[in-house]
Amino acid sequence: MKFAIALFSAAHAPSSRRALLFAQAALAGGHEIVRLFFYQDGVYSAANSVVTPQDEPDIAQQWRALVSEHQLDGVVCIAAALRRGVLNAEEAARYQRSAVNLDAPWALSGLGQLHDAIQDADRLICFGGP
Amino acid sequence: MSRSLLVISRQAPWSGPSAREALDVVLAGGAFDLPIGLLFLDDGVFQLAPAQNAKAVQQKDVTANLQALSLFGIDEVFACSHSLAERGLSAPDSAQPLSSEQISQMIDRYDQVMTL
Repeated sequence: MKFAIALFSAAHAPSSRRALLFAQAALAGGHEIVRLFFYQDGVYSAANSVVTPQDEPDIAQQWRALVSEHQLDGVVCIAAALRRGVLNAEEAARYQRSAVNLDAPWALSGLGQLHDAIQDADRLICFGGP
Repeated sequence: MSRSLLVISRQAPWSGPSAREALDVVLAGGAFDLPIGLLFLDDGVFQLAPAQNAKAVQQKDVTANLQALSLFGIDEVFACSHSLAERGLSAPDSAQPLSSEQISQMIDRYDQVMTL
């Protein structure tokens, strides 16, 4: 089955961990993930500035590892990210901000990418809230 | 044929960016001519309240964007009757009120559902 996965919560939220486990299970089960789309506070799940205590799982890092390992299409909504201060080098330069906290394997793009994924996938699975 | 999407908007208009971001998903889908429905549920029905004073909370008025929905080809706009009644709101002109039973039937009609 082809899944599109949308995430609306930050890396410290249990729902981000649930989404990650779902994505791992889907791939392990031989399914395809057509795109990950991080929207609303989900943009924080892609930020590389998250620091987790050593004895806790680093969910943002695990997301990056998953996307890199499986060469997934990982898209972070650009409007939601800018509003929350999640910037790649290009956007930091454009808006003259000193911090860059988003890089590969994530791409910043628009809501068209969400709709495109919804059209392509058999199922859209959303994760948000606590 | 395009897959249809129902966006369920559950947050009050001035409780954070959620209401605006739900609307942005709907408008973006409309811009791509996709079949999109919008349902206001729970505190989301506050977005339909008349005479909102966004300026008083230093916000942009989301209700103006609601008027733009039909311009984007979004004609399927619904509100949960129960949520409206719970909050003392009357049925708005801009959304069709639906009972809980009608809502569950409607959710079945859409290919995909997203709750924000």
